[in-house]
Formats: sequence, C-alpha cells, structure tokens
Amino acid sequence: MNASSPLLQVRGVSKTLGGRAILHDVSITVDPGDLKVLIGPSGAGKSTFLQCINRLIAPDEGEILLNGMPIDGSSTAELCRLRQEVGMIFQDFNLFDHLTAEANVALALRKVRGLSSDNAGKRARKELERVGLASRAGLYPAQLSGGQKQRVAIARALAMEPKVLLLDEPTSALDPELVGEVLAVIRDLAAGGMPMIMATHQMDFARSLATEILFMEQGRIIEQGSPADLLATGANTRTRDFCSRLIASESGKAGA
Amino acid sequence: MLECIDFAFLADRVIPALNRGLDVSLRLIIPAALIGGALGVFTGVTRVFGPRWARRLADAAVAVIRGVPLTVQLMILYFGLPNVPYLRIDLEPFTAALAGFIFCTGAYQSEYVRGALLSIRQGQIRAGQALGMTKLQIITSIVVPQAVRRALPGCGNEVIYLIKYSSLAYIITCIELTGRAKTLISQTYRPTEVYLTAALYYLAMVTLATWLLNWLERKLAIPGFGKNNT
Amino acid sequence: MDAFLHSLTTVFNALPYIAQGAFVTIVMVAGALSLGFLLGLPLAVAQVYAPRPVRMLVGLYVWFFRGVPVLLLLFLFYFGLFNVIGLDLGMIGSSCAVLGLASAAYQSQIFRGSIQSLPSGQFKAGRALGMTDMQCIRSVVLPQALRISIPAWSNEYSILLKDSAMCFALGTPEIMARTHFVASRTYEYLPLYIAAGCIYFLITLAGITLLRRLERRVRIPGCAAPDMTGDSAGGMQTGI
Repeated sequence: MNASSPLLQVRGVSKTLGGRAILHDVSITVDPGDLKVLIGPSGAGKSTFLQCINRLIAPDEGEILLNGMPIDGSSTAELCRLRQEVGMIFQDFNLFDHLTAEANVALALRKVRGLSSDNAGKRARKELERVGLASRAGLYPAQLSGGQKQRVAIARALAMEPKVLLLDEPTSALDPELVGEVLAVIRDLAAGGMPMIMATHQMDFARSLATEILFMEQGRIIEQGSPADLLATGANTRTRDFCSRLIASESGKAGA
Repeated sequence: MLECIDFAFLADRVIPALNRGLDVSLRLIIPAALIGGALGVFTGVTRVFGPRWARRLADAAVAVIRGVPLTVQLMILYFGLPNVPYLRIDLEPFTAALAGFIFCTGAYQSEYVRGALLSIRQGQIRAGQALGMTKLQIITSIVVPQAVRRALPGCGNEVIYLIKYSSLAYIITCIELTGRAKTLISQTYRPTEVYLTAALYYLAMVTLATWLLNWLERKLAIPGFGKNNT
Repeated sequence: MDAFLHSLTTVFNALPYIAQGAFVTIVMVAGALSLGFLLGLPLAVAQVYAPRPVRMLVGLYVWFFRGVPVLLLLFLFYFGLFNVIGLDLGMIGSSCAVLGLASAAYQSQIFRGSIQSLPSGQFKAGRALGMTDMQCIRSVVLPQALRISIPAWSNEYSILLKDSAMCFALGTPEIMARTHFVASRTYEYLPLYIAAGCIYFLITLAGITLLRRLERRVRIPGCAAPDMTGDSAGGMQTGI
C-alpha cells in the first residue's frame, strides 16, 4: 500500500494472563529481507509474543499493522487475512494428525485459497519438493521423523505464500541430529529474502544470519541490536552473558 | 449330541415366533441407535462448547441417566409418566421402550463424543488458525474428522450394548425377541431350547455388529493416529 | 398439594420395605462381583498365557456371556439350564450366580487388558531370577495388573449394580421388585420409582467412593493407571 511503511509493524503489545503480566509493551518492526531473532530464557514471553503477532492470542493492548494498515482484531475476515499473510511454524509442529503430508499442505490451499483439489495437490507436492520431502508426500505424521514433520510444517506455511514467517523455536522439540536438516531449510529461506521472526536457542545460527537480535526477559525486550554489537567479544551485554551460559550448558550436556 | 435337538420343534414353532420378535427388536434397535446417536453428538458437543448453563444441564442429565438402571428408567416412562399431574402422558409399551433407549444411548454416546472432542490437541486448532482458516473450516476439516475416529470405538461398543439392553423392553410388556421367547415357553414349557435359540439370535446380532464396526474402524484407520496420544 | 403430600407419605412408608430390597441387591452384587473375580482372573491369565485350545475355549465363554443380554441369561439359567443339571440355588442364589458368570466374562477382559499392558520385561526379569512362570504371574504380573484394573473394575461394579435391577423379572425380592410391588398397589408409580432411582444412585456412589479409597491405599508411587478419560488433555476447552 504505502511504500514508506514497514511490511509488518507491531506496536506496544501487552498481555496479562491469569493476573500475571506476560508481555509488557513489546514492539517489533519487520522490513523485507529481515531475520529478527528473539532470544531469552524460557518463560520470557517469546512464544506468547509470536502468537500475539498473528493474533492466535489476542493482545490486551497494542497494534499490529500490515503494510501500514492496522488490523481490526474484531473482524474475522481481517484476522484470516492477517494469518494468511503471516505464516507460523510451531515448536511441536502441529501437523494435522489425520492427514498425509501432502494433504496437510493442501488443506488450507483448498479451504482458504479456494484452489481445486488437483491444483492444491500439485502445489503441495511442489512445496514438499522444496523442503526435500517429495518422496514422503503420502505418509502420515506418525510415520515421519521429527525433522521431517517440521519440514512439512514449513512447506505448509510456505504454500500460503506468506509475506512474513513466524518461527517459534522450530528446532527445540527435535533430537540433536535432526536439527541440522530443519536449520538448512530455514537458511535457504533467509537466503531467498523471506522476512522472518524466529525465537530460538540456536546461537550459531542467530550469530551468522540474524539481521537483528532481540533479547527478551520477563515480558520485555531489554536489549536489541545486530549480532556483531551484542555478541562481540568483550561486549558487556545481557545477551552475551545469556549466550555464554547457554553454550556452557550445551557443551556440558554434550560431554555427559 | 445332535439327535437331542428337536429340529421339527425348532423349525415349526421356535424360529417363526422368534423371527417375529426379532422384527420388533430391530425396529427398536435401529431407530434408537440412529436417533440416540444424533442426540449423543448434540449433547456431547453441547457439553464441550455450549454456554455454561447448557453444559451444566447436560452434564447433570447425563449423570442421572448413567447413574440409574435402565430398568428404572423404562418403568418411569411406562408406569410413572401417567402419574404426572395435568400431563398424564400414557405411552404405548413400544414408544416407552424406544424413548428409554434413545435417552440412554444419547447419554452414553455423549460421553464418547465429549471425550473425543476434549482429546483433540489445542495445537491442531492453532495450526488451522495460523493458516487463516475460519472457525467453520477448522471444525469441518480438522475437529470432526479427528473426533469421529477417536469416538468410533466407544460409540460402536455402545451400539453393542444397545442390542443387548433392547431385551429390557420385555419388562414393560413390549413383546420383542426376549418377550416372544417367554410367551412361547408359557405355551410349550421348553425353556432351555427356546432361550438358547434366542441367545443365538442375540449372539448373531452382536457378532454381526462387531464385524461391521471393526470393518468401519479399519476403513477409517490412519497410521499412527489415535495411538498413545494424550 | 394434598396429592403431593400423599405421594410423599406413601414413599416414606414404603422405605423400610424397599430398604430390605436394597440389602438383597447389595448382597447379590457383592456375591456376583466376587464370583466374577474368582472366575474372571484365571480366565484372564488363561487367555494370555495358556495354550491355544484353552485360549479358544475361554474366548468362546467370553463371546457367549458378553453377547447374550443379561435378562435372557437370567431366564435361560433360572428356568432352563439350572433345572437341567438339577441345581436349585433359589431366586437370590440363581440371580447372583448368573450375574457372576456374566461378570466373569467382562472382568476377564479387564484383567487381560491390564496384564497385556505391562511391559514384557517384567516377566523376563522374573524368569531371569529363576522364578517359575506361575511364580512370575502370581508375584510380579498380577500385583501390578490388579492395581491398574481398579478404575475399570469400579466401572464394572456400577454396571453390575444397574444390571441387578433386571433380576426383578425373576421375582427376586430386590429393590425393583419391592418398589414395583408397592407401586402396583398404591398406584404411586412415579414417586416410588424415582425413590428407587435415588437408592441405586446412592449405592453406586458409596461403592465408587470405597473403591477410590482402595485405589489410593494400594497405590505404588510412580505406578498409576494411564488416564483414559481424556480430561487431562483438555485442549478444546480453551475454545476455537
């Protein structure tokens, strides 16, 4: 719409659940080509924040603007449009358990995009090929490995041609040896310029690819900046402190 | 062994009489399964998604029906309802039996429907929402297909129970299979042969229904779905 | 108002008489559950561990008693088979025996399910210690399987209690028979049946509370029955 306005703008989101403030005045802006990485301890509100962006959780306060246009949360039609433009990848995949990989990808194409079964199937197979799973199209979620499930979930989100992708710790539920195949797919997306907001604990990945790192704690963004600034040797930042502890515990686990 | 069986008696007296009883039994079982099943789906959905007052009401009604023997319910419907002041509902035995079976089946089926709906993980719905699907689309293409498969084994079992409990219609003088057997015995005084034959009728119905339900379950089965999921 | 008071008085006057029926019902159900347990447990063990011909015989028993309505079983045994073999148990005894035979079929399936749900390593560990198969079953498998079975077993109790109401068709003087007797003389059908319904409800509740207490008392830390109710998932309650 407006050439000067950012692709996605989230302003001053707050959320209280059960009397506890989960999010406090959190904002983020995504422009074309951005890969924003959310890090922070568990319980910091990263997941709630991501779900507030596509309004799976309705924020108490705050505004979400797509191409500079505010989204009216009370209108079902606008909500569905927002969610088509903003794709989401879940930590625990959430593939539809009763559908094959191909049908998982095709379902929303048929129902939301109104494609015919044939075209939706063709499109679904193309998306699965893109994540390297063309040969698994006919398998059900229970027959796939964790990494394959997450790649199907990515294909499912990409099929909707989202303008922005939200990734909620996409590799946290995976066995260590399966993390690589999922990160490889996300890396390809980043290289292709897909704008993304990603919550993750994969620091090497964040360091090498993030355009900006946002450190969250207790429902607030307390630091943000480029990986170079926040993670530079000698930088006295909470982010760096958190990461070194994370890496220490990771290597401790690997050694055990 | 075989010469102990009086085939002429079976063919001339028992089977024709029991066939007439079977006809009545089927006219009780099939409508009760269908209407009771629909009632069960409606009640089960209400108990999960309904407004608070409807949930409470449905929960209470189901608890009462499940807590009281079907025998008592049938007696209330047949003998008790005419006692209600001003209304004085006087049901035919067949109607009273059918009504009792429908309510009973509905209550038990609603338990399975409710369980199936509650077992659908929140993430499945979240994923549908995240793809921009509407509430109706999520219900028709995610919730219903999954819930049907989860509820099917329990609901099928309930149909088997209904076949067996249909014999209770006899207690309120609706003469179905069991009632026919009883009447025939009062004329012939040969209880063992007649009741055993009637038992075979029920075994046949139950076994046939079990096969059909297993076939349906296999037909709808999805690899890995419905196993060890919480 | 008068009519209402009259009904209430009738129910009140009939309560001691019906309560005696409640005693018969409780004795009958307790007897049937015990018989079902004593018969059902060996049937279950046989269905899992016995050689094929025995398993098939047990299967036939289960198929018959689970496939024929309890009411018909009562008639078949009381008027037919018990007479044929010259067994005279009386009305209460016969009702109790038939309910017990049927319950054995159902209980055997409960126990079989529990036995089969145990990891096979339990049995192997027993054998590795030099125990005989019987010893493994008695001191390793059954103590675990029986604990797992308690929730399903309490369900079987409430089903059996409700089924016992059918015994009134034989004339067994239990709750229903006595209620019906009073009702057919006073024509106060509705209030009396509702009272009977309440009595059943109370007995069900009392039994289930008792069984819950038993379940808690014999519980082994970290070894619980899987939650089959689906309530714990609770996903949909947050709404779409």
